Amino acid sequence: MSVTSSDPRIAGARAAPKRGIRFSWSDPLFRAIIWQIVIVGIVVGIGWYLVHNTMQNLAARRIATGFDFLDRVAGIPIGESMIAYDSSVHTYGRALVIGVLNTLQVSVVGIILATIIGTLVGIGRLSSNWLLARLTAFYVEVIRDIPLLLQLLFWYTMLQGLPPPRQAWSIGDTAFLSNRGIKLPLLEWQTAYGFALLGLAAGIAATIWWSRRASRVQEQTGVRPSVWPVAIGGMVVLPLAIWALFGAPLVLDIPALRGFNFQGGGTISPEFSALLIGLVTYTAGFIAEIVRSGIQAVPNGQWEAARALGLRHGVILRQIILPQALRVIIPPMTSQYLNLTKNSSLAVAIGFQDIVSIANTTLNQTGQAIEVIAIIMAVYLTISLSISLFMNWYNARIALVER
Amino acid sequence: MTDATTAPRVRPPASVVGPWAWLRANLFKSWLSTATTLVLVYLIGRGLLGLIDWGFVNAVWGVPYNAQGVPDTASCHAAKGQGACWAIIADKYRLILFGRFPFDEQWRPAVAVVLFIALYVFSAIKGVWRKGIDSPLLRTAAAIAVVTVLATNVVGWLGGILGLPTVLGDILHLIDIVARYASGVLLLFVWPAIGVWVVVLSAIFVLMAGGVYGLSPVAVDSWGGLPITLILATFGLAFAFPLSILVALGRRSTQMPAVKMICVLYVELIRGVPLISVLFMASVMFPLFMPPGVNVDKLLRAQIAVILFAAAYLAEVVRGGLQALPKGQAEAADALGMTYWQKTGLIVLPQALRLVIPPLVNTFIGFFKDTSLVLIIGLFDLLTMGKIALSDPPWQAFPTEVYIVLALIYISFCFAMSKYSRGLERELNQARGR
Amino acid sequence: MNETATAPSPGRAAGLSTGKPIIEMDKVNKWFGALHVLRDITLSIAEGERVVICGPSGSGKSTLIRCINRLESHQEGRIIVDGTELTDDLRSLDTIRRDVGMVFQSFNLFPHLTILENCTLAPIWVRKMPKAEAEALAMRFLERVRIPEQAKKYPGQLSGGQQQRVAIARSLCMRPRVMLFDEPTSALDPEMIKEVLDTMIGLAESGMTMICVTHEMGFARQVADRVVFMDRGEVVESGTPDRMFGAPETDRLKMFLSQILRGH
Repeated sequence: MSVTSSDPRIAGARAAPKRGIRFSWSDPLFRAIIWQIVIVGIVVGIGWYLVHNTMQNLAARRIATGFDFLDRVAGIPIGESMIAYDSSVHTYGRALVIGVLNTLQVSVVGIILATIIGTLVGIGRLSSNWLLARLTAFYVEVIRDIPLLLQLLFWYTMLQGLPPPRQAWSIGDTAFLSNRGIKLPLLEWQTAYGFALLGLAAGIAATIWWSRRASRVQEQTGVRPSVWPVAIGGMVVLPLAIWALFGAPLVLDIPALRGFNFQGGGTISPEFSALLIGLVTYTAGFIAEIVRSGIQAVPNGQWEAARALGLRHGVILRQIILPQALRVIIPPMTSQYLNLTKNSSLAVAIGFQDIVSIANTTLNQTGQAIEVIAIIMAVYLTISLSISLFMNWYNARIALVER
Repeated sequence: MTDATTAPRVRPPASVVGPWAWLRANLFKSWLSTATTLVLVYLIGRGLLGLIDWGFVNAVWGVPYNAQGVPDTASCHAAKGQGACWAIIADKYRLILFGRFPFDEQWRPAVAVVLFIALYVFSAIKGVWRKGIDSPLLRTAAAIAVVTVLATNVVGWLGGILGLPTVLGDILHLIDIVARYASGVLLLFVWPAIGVWVVVLSAIFVLMAGGVYGLSPVAVDSWGGLPITLILATFGLAFAFPLSILVALGRRSTQMPAVKMICVLYVELIRGVPLISVLFMASVMFPLFMPPGVNVDKLLRAQIAVILFAAAYLAEVVRGGLQALPKGQAEAADALGMTYWQKTGLIVLPQALRLVIPPLVNTFIGFFKDTSLVLIIGLFDLLTMGKIALSDPPWQAFPTEVYIVLALIYISFCFAMSKYSRGLERELNQARGR
Repeated sequence: MNETATAPSPGRAAGLSTGKPIIEMDKVNKWFGALHVLRDITLSIAEGERVVICGPSGSGKSTLIRCINRLESHQEGRIIVDGTELTDDLRSLDTIRRDVGMVFQSFNLFPHLTILENCTLAPIWVRKMPKAEAEALAMRFLERVRIPEQAKKYPGQLSGGQQQRVAIARSLCMRPRVMLFDEPTSALDPEMIKEVLDTMIGLAESGMTMICVTHEMGFARQVADRVVFMDRGEVVESGTPDRMFGAPETDRLKMFLSQILRGH
């Protein structure tokens, strides 16, 4: 609150005087300070005791503390990596970065998929179709009652039970499903794609601009110009047209069976798939409940009032129901996103090399327990903090203003 | 109300009530609904039939054993894909449930499991959490006994580090045992439910560890299976809950910013990292934290990790309850001249905790499932035992069956608890609506 | 209590008598952050006096009486209650809280305790009274507010008017020397207001010192020895009810009264 407010009560007001402290047990401030000194003292004492022991133990085991090991050559074989990596050349530092990238990759994809599936299931639970409502309820109940780790092990076993590459299930001989994972054709990069992507970006910008303009026009004239033609034109037609202008180049790197395995194409490893399937199906169960209770939290009276005002179904949903439901949904959704990210650490049990898995190997090889665990915690704290900051910002943006 | 009974009764038309009307309203309301119903009926029907075929009709229930006791799983391999091999469960269920506990003594973990379940059922009964005999004398005595137990253990532990004379240690041990019994009995009178928890958990510990009452001692290393899962979850809750209340109160403190900061740091730090990393910390770093020569066994280390982890989450649940309480309650207590602890213990906590029982149970369900993570640090819980059972060469090809049985065990525990918590929630909502 | 409600109250004359001041406020100032909510309040209230505080919402009247039992702390000036100055000292706080009872707008009964337990809790824990004695005391006051038969019920089972009467009884069980009422009838349905006002009138007749924030002008006329009008954190005008309502001096009070009367 600013002091230069125009409130008449503040105009010409004096500021509040500061309060002193008396050194007596009956002064609550003094009492609070003593208590705090005692409690902080105990906590610091325990901390000091633990650190002291640790230093002694480390000295006895001749383990040098510090992060020097990050510069040593790792020698950890890593199956899948988003950046170049050679175990005989690259360092522990780089290996750990790959772990972080892998964690982020599976988390981001998982969050997107879990949100979509969870929302669908949550809406399904509210369906007027009895069978669909019961089936989704059953799914939500069962999936949430089984430990995620058990589900991951199950999915991993299932994927390993797929036929070997030679008998792989194929889709039109371009994509293959085998116990080595999913093989997909890869697009080979063409200059035209770059321009098409630029076109897409322009289209998105145009759509946003047009939709803002539409709102302004609606404010002034009462009639809202349609947005969808601009959206389709800018985001679909324009990129396609640019692509066609360049002669519609399309070169696919199709995987092919050579010997006992596939060559070429892109791979989604069974470890990644199992982790993703497990995380998504599990988290979707929780998200479904959040979505359901969020929608139900909007009182029926809101629907009735909006209908009584003569609003159409779509407008009611968009302008009345969703904004209110989102307010209920966002906070628990945030914690589900955080959970999914943290749960991705279970990758270590099925051999997907996320940060925990690579850090664990590093720990076993170097013995730098404290540093490695500190790194794991720092990574997750950073991710958690970023997600909650973003979600808090979003939540504050849509928050209901109450007195 | 009276109108309805005096008015002539007209039966509603069949289009409004009756099975046909129900079917039309719930399954064939529109063409979209009808299509959904048809597709789902087809899919569910096929799925169920396939499941029955696999799980029952074509399933193999038992296999022959050769002279060395090695099972001959040829019939299972023959049925693979068409039928389940339940023979693996018949062969391994004792290992999965009770781990490597001495075979002839496995009635002990079995009784422990029954005691755990009885404890859960008991805790869910309405009204058992009321206070018992309202006597300041008994209350004080119980408090002294509990504090004595804590004190003797802390002193004993410190003594172990500093090297206390044996005679003193023996005396401490004697005081400890007497105080333990006294606190159990006194608590039964003062606060029956807490007393029951103390007594039952002690009994479970004695059953598992043995060494007294003619029970042969069993080292913690040989404990395994379901009891480990239940121990980790239940002891975790029992110790994390009081801690979480203190942390939640600390976090809401307005007068003590330093304490508040410690609580916030603790809660956010723990909640920001995965349980795995806390477990790693317990298994790898904990030995470094201890003075040289002090060894804490793996189970206890994992247990401490679970307690610290659970307390942070429970603290947030409790804080939710504290926040939900109208400010007027604390003000009224203040106006009556109550001290902070009187206000908190008599007015705030009883109401706040009642509000948070449903989310508390849900959090507990979470921990119950999360205990399975100790697999990663090599503790023999239910899931680990399942994996160990699967490492036996003849059975390696049948993981699905084991996973399904494990899932069913977890589901039965979690489902019962979540049903209970939902019932409570409904009751609370009704009470609030009144 | 209808007859007492209409008859001129004997206690009123007694209240006007020269009681020594039980509450003294001298140049009290209070801020909420930068907001100056109480400005140089100087007020003296005699033992046995009944004071009604009125004023528009946000005028600081609730804050004023919440300062008297230190639910809010003032930052400047002195408040002396029954010879004890209100400071940050916890001992003075204990004394004040025992001597000053308070009734809230939203009752604030403890919903997890029975009516009887609501009344006996503070005597047992704060006054260290034996349980049997506390229960006898509580029953006496519950009879006085005319709901002894509800003693075993829970607050949720009572009507708003009954709950507020229990809240009054709960305060009385601490044997306070001063009673504070913070808009005690504002949260009540019209038909329940009277039963609470009747209880308060009964209390006034027994000689209790009362400070009451209320908009019930009928109540003010009937029992108040003095009406204090507050606006924007200041005491604007004070005097007997007849004088205040009959011949308001300041424009602010005139405007306030016209708004209140229009509302009725």
